[in-house]
Amino acid sequence: MIKTFHQAARRSIMKRTLGSVAIAIALGSVVGTATVAQAATPDNMLVIANRIDDITTLDPAQSFEFAGSDVNRNVYGKLVNFDPMNLEAGYEPDLAQSWTVSEDGKSITFTMREGVKFHSGNPVTAEDAEFSLRRAVLLNKTPSFILTQFGFAPENIEQTIVADGNTLTITTDKKYATSFVLNCLTSTIGSIVEKALVMENEKDGDMGNDWLATNSAGSGAYKVVSWKPAESVTLVSNPDFYKGEPAMERVIVQHIQESATQRLLLEKGDIDVARNLNPEDVAGIDGKEGLAVTTELRGRLMYISFNQKHPELSKPKVVEALKYLVDYNGMQNSFLKGQWQVHQNFLPATYLGAIDDTPFSFNVEKAKALLAEAGVENLEFETGVREAQERIEIAQSLQNTFAQAGVTMNITIGTGKQILTRYRARELDMYLGAWGPDYPDPHTNAGTFAFNPDNSDEAQATGLLAYRNAWDPGPLSGMVEAAVAEGDTDARRGMYEEIQREFQATAPFAILFQKTEQTGVNAAVQNLNLGSAVTAISYWPVSK
Amino acid sequence: MSATQDTLGPHPRSARSSWVTVFYSIIKTLSMILATMLGLLFVTFIIGRIMPIDPVISVVGERASKEVYDAAYASMGLDRPLLVQFFLYISDVARGDFGQSLLNSRPVIDDIKRVFPATLELATLGTIIGVTIGVPLGVIGAVKRDTWIDQLSRIIALVGYSMPIFWLGLVGLLVFYGILGWVGGPGRVGIFYVDVVPVVTGMILVDSALDGQWDVFRDALSHIVLPASILGYYSLAYISRMTRSFMLEQLGSEYITTARVKGLSEYVVITRHAFGNIKVQLITVIALSYASLLEGSVLTEIIFAWPGIGSYITTALLSADMNAVLGGTVVVGLVFVCLNVFSDLLYVFFDPRSR
Repeated sequence: MIKTFHQAARRSIMKRTLGSVAIAIALGSVVGTATVAQAATPDNMLVIANRIDDITTLDPAQSFEFAGSDVNRNVYGKLVNFDPMNLEAGYEPDLAQSWTVSEDGKSITFTMREGVKFHSGNPVTAEDAEFSLRRAVLLNKTPSFILTQFGFAPENIEQTIVADGNTLTITTDKKYATSFVLNCLTSTIGSIVEKALVMENEKDGDMGNDWLATNSAGSGAYKVVSWKPAESVTLVSNPDFYKGEPAMERVIVQHIQESATQRLLLEKGDIDVARNLNPEDVAGIDGKEGLAVTTELRGRLMYISFNQKHPELSKPKVVEALKYLVDYNGMQNSFLKGQWQVHQNFLPATYLGAIDDTPFSFNVEKAKALLAEAGVENLEFETGVREAQERIEIAQSLQNTFAQAGVTMNITIGTGKQILTRYRARELDMYLGAWGPDYPDPHTNAGTFAFNPDNSDEAQATGLLAYRNAWDPGPLSGMVEAAVAEGDTDARRGMYEEIQREFQATAPFAILFQKTEQTGVNAAVQNLNLGSAVTAISYWPVSK
Repeated sequence: MSATQDTLGPHPRSARSSWVTVFYSIIKTLSMILATMLGLLFVTFIIGRIMPIDPVISVVGERASKEVYDAAYASMGLDRPLLVQFFLYISDVARGDFGQSLLNSRPVIDDIKRVFPATLELATLGTIIGVTIGVPLGVIGAVKRDTWIDQLSRIIALVGYSMPIFWLGLVGLLVFYGILGWVGGPGRVGIFYVDVVPVVTGMILVDSALDGQWDVFRDALSHIVLPASILGYYSLAYISRMTRSFMLEQLGSEYITTARVKGLSEYVVITRHAFGNIKVQLITVIALSYASLLEGSVLTEIIFAWPGIGSYITTALLSADMNAVLGGTVVVGLVFVCLNVFSDLLYVFFDPRSR
């Protein structure tokens, strides 16, 4: 394949070489007339420009970053997975062909799909699935909580994660909604690795953690050729992929930091996809022949929250007034255009149970009336913001609109450590920040925004957003616990809708926006799906 | 000195004493290098520990529970006194172990082996361009003082000094890559040649030549020529101004007038007499310029997606990956020290007075 690429490239390279010599001379202002025809990537290759310097490892038991999830989604199969061409359908069988749930709702038995092979050619077995899940628990890396929240622990995995012939049974510590468990298994940590290959590369009892950081042992549509940190990731297709060999035989993701550089590469035809274009560059390529801009919702939310230890901010009318002092549409249509869209509840659109009510809009008169009802005048408080341009601009907008109702908001800008440390210690009056879901189930956000069973300082539940704002959600905590155990998916959906409506009316949180991602693509690229809010990008359906 | 002594040749004692002098000067140089590196490491280490970025959050993420956070804090050795941490680090470095990058869990030394050759390749080509054009430009500017050639050289240098490299890089890309298509785009090689050449030195031009892959060589050349030219431009702006200034000083000296009065040709006066006497100063200027390029030009590396040491250290710093920052700092520090020692050796070669 390389040889074919060489031949395809040779002519343009020859011309470029001559150009290279010319450019050296061009410093002396020699100007030539040679031009090179617009390049194009080969039909069987997908080239993507993206910021990938957040990848810390490719081991699915440890990887927890966006760019790492993009790689692993295409390299590893899971017991259940999302179909990129029908994400709305939710999880569906992948390496597990079917499953049954025990009567007490605590055990799920998966029957493995026959005939699926790892990249090595070895069959995918229930033993590999057992090893993969046990390994993730034993390694106890950052994303392990996605599995350990079901009660899996190093002491009990031999009883709770068990392979038997062609089946794998997992047993949770109590009854959870099956949809909750299965949604969690679609996360990167649910990836099935090849036991024999991984253990061949074990070092000092690390269960292959070091080796898998830069190699792959999966059964997915692609295998890893190389990962060079902050430089590139190269994948090559798996001809034996059980859903059929992908059309793109090679996928190269190049780390290109600058939006302008990504745009230039896209316009020249040297890449097929530019994933980090800023609004100006999106506008610049929009409507150009041969290029297209796609917009997709992602899971990240932008929100503000008010510390309930503050004597004035703990008054419901004050919180409500402040929710009316946000210029949602003004921000969405100006400096956030194409990057964020108005969304006012804690479940991102496309999540099970998400609602799209937007009861709050910018209304100074209403806010003033509410403040007067609360008997609050000359309100002044501090807001903590991390030093990110987008957040600072939102803070400035809020400062301006709050001031229109006589509310003084002082902005403190700091590093992640400075602001987060104070937020976790419940010291900030108001926090402005972003939150992304950990796994594609409503509990990921419900369990942090609307759940805080012990609001005392001693509880130190600093991982919960409700706790960080010293907010006791009252009955909502119980409702969240009930929803996560509800076996009937429709009933569960209804419970989250109810929780969110109550949350929207009473919580000291104002959810402002949901992230949208605008991507510049070569118009020839078809079926590219970034994964929406629930998962990561899929390369296997792509064609050109 | 008597005639007898002359016939005996050098006194054995003086030979020994010259060896002792060389030995002492080697010891002195090595001590200087060691002290500089220790000082550099200490300052960087302390700055890294007191700056308000939390390396633990970089590793465990901002949502980690207190237990996970505390476990990572302890496993990274951050619960120990600062000086103990520093001495443990130094003892590891002395064994050639720079630790693992907190961000990508790989040995820092492996990362440096990957990113430093990229910068070395770029900086060397940039310096060659800077010297090849900058030195003659400076000499001509001095010889043709206040003529249009001198004005032109001044304008070229002024533009080089004042133009933001970020802007120049983008415009360069737009014109020479985007519009004219003379050069390759960002990155070290085109997508066709990613991972094709076996890594020997890490410098693609060298490795592709060693492997006889001339297609790759030409492609790599087409990618490096623009960023190298932009770096070379900055380098030549500095080198040409300094060369002009050194030359003017020499051309105004009495010995130059004497040479001219003796009837020597202007070419000989300029090249042999005036230029011959500025070599030592030029070495310092070129070495400093080269060293500054070897630190890695962060903006150039970002614009041209060039995975060099500048962007490596910057990314590491912003992510509190202190092992990577310290490893990179050691390399950059060593480069500075080595270039200093090398220019000292060149002084000895070019200037008989320092022998």
